[in-house]
Amino acid sequence: MSKSKNEKRPLFDPPLVRRAIADSFRKLAPQNQLRNPVMFTVYAGSLLTTALFVQALAGRGEAPAPFILAIAVWLWFTVLFANFAEAMAEGRGKAQADALRQARRDIQAKKLASPSRQAAIQIVPSTSLKKGETVLVEAGDFVPCDGEILEGVASVDESAITGESAPVIREAGGDRSAVTGGTRLLSDWVVVRVAAEAGETFLDRMIALVEGAKRRKTPNEIALGILLAALTLVFLVVCATLLPYSVFAVEQAGQGAAVTITVLAALFVCLAPTTIGGLLSAIGIAGMDRLIQAGVIATSGRAVEAAGDVDVLLLDKTGTITLGNRQADDFLPLPGVAEKDLADVAQLASLADETPEGRSIVVLAKERFGIRGRDMHALGAAFVPFTAQTRLSGVDLPGRTIRKGAPDAVRRFATDRGGAVPPEVDEQVRAIAESGGTPLLVAENDRILGAIWLKDIVKGGIRERFAKLRGMGIKTVMVTGDNPLTAAAIAAEAGVDDFLAEATPENKLALIRKTQAEGRLVAMTGDGTNDAPALAQADVGVAMNSGTQAAKEAGNMVDLDSNPTKLLEVVAIGKQLLMTRGSLTTFSIANDIAKYFAIIPAAFVGIYPQLGALNVMGLATPRSAILSAVIFNALIIVALIPLALRGVRYRAVGAARALRDNLLVYGVGGLVVPFVGIKAIDLFLVALGLAS
Amino acid sequence: MTGNALLQIALYLAVLLGLAWPLGAYMARVYAGRPCGLDRLLGPVERCLYRLCGLDADREMDWKAYVASLMAFTGFSILLLYLQQRLQAVLPLNPDGLAAVAPDLALNTAVSFSTNTNWQAYGGETTMSYLTQMLGLTSHNFLSAAAGMAVLAALIRGLSRRETQNLGNFWKDLTRSTLYVLLPLSVVLALLLVWQGVPQTFQGAATATLLEPTDYDSPVKDASGAPVLDAAGKAQTEPATMTEQTIARGPVASQVAIKQLGTNGGGFFNVNSAHPFENPTPLSNFLELLSILLLPAALCITFGIMVADRRQGAAVLAAMAVIFVVLLGACVVAEQAGNPALTRLGADQAAAEGARAQAGGNMEGKEVRFGIAGSTLWATATTAASNGSVNAMHDSFTPLGGLVPMLLMQLGEVVFGGVGSGLYGMLVFAVVAVFVAGLMVGRTPEYLGKKIEPFEMKMASLVILIPPFLVLMATAWAVLVPSAKAAVANPGIHGFSEILYAFSSMANNNGSAFAGLSANAPFYDLVGAACMFLGRFWLAVPVLAIAGSLGAKRIVPQGPGTLPTHTPLFVGLLVAVVLVVGALTFIPALALGPVAEHLAMIGR
Repeated sequence: MSKSKNEKRPLFDPPLVRRAIADSFRKLAPQNQLRNPVMFTVYAGSLLTTALFVQALAGRGEAPAPFILAIAVWLWFTVLFANFAEAMAEGRGKAQADALRQARRDIQAKKLASPSRQAAIQIVPSTSLKKGETVLVEAGDFVPCDGEILEGVASVDESAITGESAPVIREAGGDRSAVTGGTRLLSDWVVVRVAAEAGETFLDRMIALVEGAKRRKTPNEIALGILLAALTLVFLVVCATLLPYSVFAVEQAGQGAAVTITVLAALFVCLAPTTIGGLLSAIGIAGMDRLIQAGVIATSGRAVEAAGDVDVLLLDKTGTITLGNRQADDFLPLPGVAEKDLADVAQLASLADETPEGRSIVVLAKERFGIRGRDMHALGAAFVPFTAQTRLSGVDLPGRTIRKGAPDAVRRFATDRGGAVPPEVDEQVRAIAESGGTPLLVAENDRILGAIWLKDIVKGGIRERFAKLRGMGIKTVMVTGDNPLTAAAIAAEAGVDDFLAEATPENKLALIRKTQAEGRLVAMTGDGTNDAPALAQADVGVAMNSGTQAAKEAGNMVDLDSNPTKLLEVVAIGKQLLMTRGSLTTFSIANDIAKYFAIIPAAFVGIYPQLGALNVMGLATPRSAILSAVIFNALIIVALIPLALRGVRYRAVGAARALRDNLLVYGVGGLVVPFVGIKAIDLFLVALGLAS
Repeated sequence: MTGNALLQIALYLAVLLGLAWPLGAYMARVYAGRPCGLDRLLGPVERCLYRLCGLDADREMDWKAYVASLMAFTGFSILLLYLQQRLQAVLPLNPDGLAAVAPDLALNTAVSFSTNTNWQAYGGETTMSYLTQMLGLTSHNFLSAAAGMAVLAALIRGLSRRETQNLGNFWKDLTRSTLYVLLPLSVVLALLLVWQGVPQTFQGAATATLLEPTDYDSPVKDASGAPVLDAAGKAQTEPATMTEQTIARGPVASQVAIKQLGTNGGGFFNVNSAHPFENPTPLSNFLELLSILLLPAALCITFGIMVADRRQGAAVLAAMAVIFVVLLGACVVAEQAGNPALTRLGADQAAAEGARAQAGGNMEGKEVRFGIAGSTLWATATTAASNGSVNAMHDSFTPLGGLVPMLLMQLGEVVFGGVGSGLYGMLVFAVVAVFVAGLMVGRTPEYLGKKIEPFEMKMASLVILIPPFLVLMATAWAVLVPSAKAAVANPGIHGFSEILYAFSSMANNNGSAFAGLSANAPFYDLVGAACMFLGRFWLAVPVLAIAGSLGAKRIVPQGPGTLPTHTPLFVGLLVAVVLVVGALTFIPALALGPVAEHLAMIGR
């Protein structure tokens, strides 16, 4: 599953190819063919020409039996090549699914009578677990189900899912409380509440997705399918009416013979959009597959396409735009407060704070003033954790209430207790914010002591990336809990289009709704439970695999690597998927011009010899012309399989430029290539002495 | 191409585009219900009409109600026109005492005029009474055109409005199209034509005694009017002598004005605008020619204004103009080149000035007062638009010259096309072009901010599929039916072209004809009527469905990631889609018709 593993796997991996070849024959079953109207007509054409061949063998053929056989064989190849393309695309997923299935072995679960480590244990098969029940997982155990850690902390090997061999920490509370069935605990123990029953677990869904078992056609695929079916119908009528036309022409000209059904079947298959029709499902499957290669699991193909349409990206500042976490850089005491006192109180407030910011404050206090860690229990201290609503954290000591947090929150905290806010506070806050830092205020009871300067470091190269996105028409919005001044400074440095400062889950959701009301599609990443509503509301919600179960349920994609920057890749994959479809459609239709020039003169030159003038390619004989066109039509499917699986080259350019480039390559290319290809095949047939 | 031809074409295009701009802006006001300058004059009439009909013109309709109104209106029109023809013998204003029209012809004509096709399987002056011509045919010239414009107005509203079911009121759109657009323009044009010598009278045909009696062979016809064939399959004739000539006349100018403006094309006389009473002078020719494309071109501008982005209208107009000019060029070149068979016999077919002045080229079937340029320009314009009037006989064009009008119809009558129907057809092609192009830029395709999804594609496919289906299948049927084959006057390759042309014309609601096909036979009357009906309404209904579906959608704001639909690149793409769809569908049929004929003519 890991990126590194899959990037090394060649497109035509021999085992995959062997399996795909077998599958392409298996897919000849009519119920399989019926799912794709374009290829079904080719299938029908193959059956028809085969029947005509049998008739010719019986001595009543409309054309020489070898010619009918050659056409029939190549029509069958056309069907098989399309099947092969689909099988190749599915094969990669199937190989992955097999690996995943190994992780879903039958696990014995230690079911707990009540949600506590001390409760009685009953050994049951993991498949019998019900939602809401609790289980104990200890070092060395496989996690029996998807769930939420209620108690404990443990290191978990998630390589079965993510392919990442380094263990990750999972712990109760916070945003890293989710565990996935099939992963293995390496140390310690946890009590887990079952969140999904057997058959609905993340692993189950993932297997279904990569296998393509639940693949449903996306609206865009359906719309394209309708267009292709319509074109197929047109060509069916065009070819069918040619029979009476040619009969009439024979009557009028008094020479030649009416066009044969074999030739009409060949003409029809050449004209029908078989290239795109044969590759359409492979393109869709390969798109999902590319996403999986990038370490993202999408719950539906629809989500992938929506990613290509996204107009607005909501990006969390931390981790996406700035490097990791902010670090405490300085203590700025208010007049009348010693810096060391401020550092001391700040350290107390942060002792139990496990966030990186909190730890960095403890580290800074130790570096600057040698303040060492203290035992919270001995002090009788009670930790007050950060919540998105209060936006404060700190400790309650006997007689001392210490808080640190966002300036407005701390200011409110102090004034609520009757304290005054010295005017210098605002100056400090503004000074820090304007220089792109994040101010944290520290207060004890009703008195504000000073500020802590947290610094952000913007990731390298991110600015250029945003500029490219802008060129593609995608607006980036930085979401941060920082105050507006800080946010503005970082936003300017990172080059985002807009920012949402002092973000809460509520105003994040409101921003998404507002943007959507303007008709735009929004994508965002999130990991916390409080991100869940926004993830659900967004058109593309990418949840981090490290995040909570609620977040993973709410989003429509899960990023296994938990890398928020991945959103940019997801957008690119979505666009690439649509581009591949469009380009191959254009190519397929443009091909038809050349095929007409090959087949029309060949079919009617007997009736109207002057039509030989249309044989601009100078093809050897009418039969070799028709056969060459049919062979080209079949081989082009094979030739385009790598393109369908990899996707067309994608660059971040504006729509007008992308259209021009792709039209030039696939439109004009589609006009020219078959002229060359058909001529080459004809020469080859002549060289083999088959062109009679 | 001669300098004279270039000059005529340039002048024509300049005046056409120059007039399209203000007229388009005027019509945008008419459909938006804003003051347009004629309100004081026509407003009371309009309100009076609504009151008379008990119509609440401000009640908007959703797409289904709009379809129901359109179909009810047309069904009633067809019935009325049918009855009127069947009863014309007992109705007034029939000075020449013409008999009732035969049932199959009456049905064909009723459908033809109600669908804005104006295919005429009859000679007007010898078949239809003045009452039928004026009350029946002329009024349908207005109403069928207005119905097309109404459907277009609904589609434009669907594109420009957001999140609504309302597409306007069919009856109001119909009334305003007629009252504010078609009537005033027709009055002006009719007066100009009268000035140029076109008759406008209720008196019956005039009779003139010939100075010299003429002997001729008259074809023998059976009861149904079809020629009687002898054992060798040739038409039987009997000798006859003519001593006096009947000169048909009547209320010509009024019908000619609207048949040109409303892309109807049904002439008062059998030979249409080649007749000196329908089209007497080069100036009348220019005015009538201008009227063919005026409204279809102006409606593009109207579209741009109504969707609040004039560039969109200009882009569609540009795409139409590009195809028109290219095909016009091909037609002029083919006709000016003349016939190599005549050259081999020593005929001089070069254009010349001065003492030996001649138009040169293939002048068979053309009026000398119009020449090559005037005739080809008309042939191209009348088939680009679904007009179908003629001032030269397309049947006598060179094979490639005749291919141009045929192909223009086969493209689905979207290059200008019928008033209203041409633009709505073209907009459906734009939807398809946007779909393919939109995929190529990596976004769910959208046109004017509206997402194109399966439902739109389904309907758009119907619009694009149906006309070629009808043409190809009806032609295939005709070449299998002996009676239909017998109607072909010119056997050989050209006979196939004649049948193909007839059904291309009817299924695409054009109405022009390759002469040489005796189309007033039950097969052509009935199959043709079906083609015309389906070609009109199996398109109008899906178009309204698209309008309804798009109207209910929100509008996605434009940005650098959206495919721009006003650039030359998109215009090129739209042109390519129209041409490729048309070409892919008709290349085999055309190869067996005009192309084979051309290659035979040049002696390959």
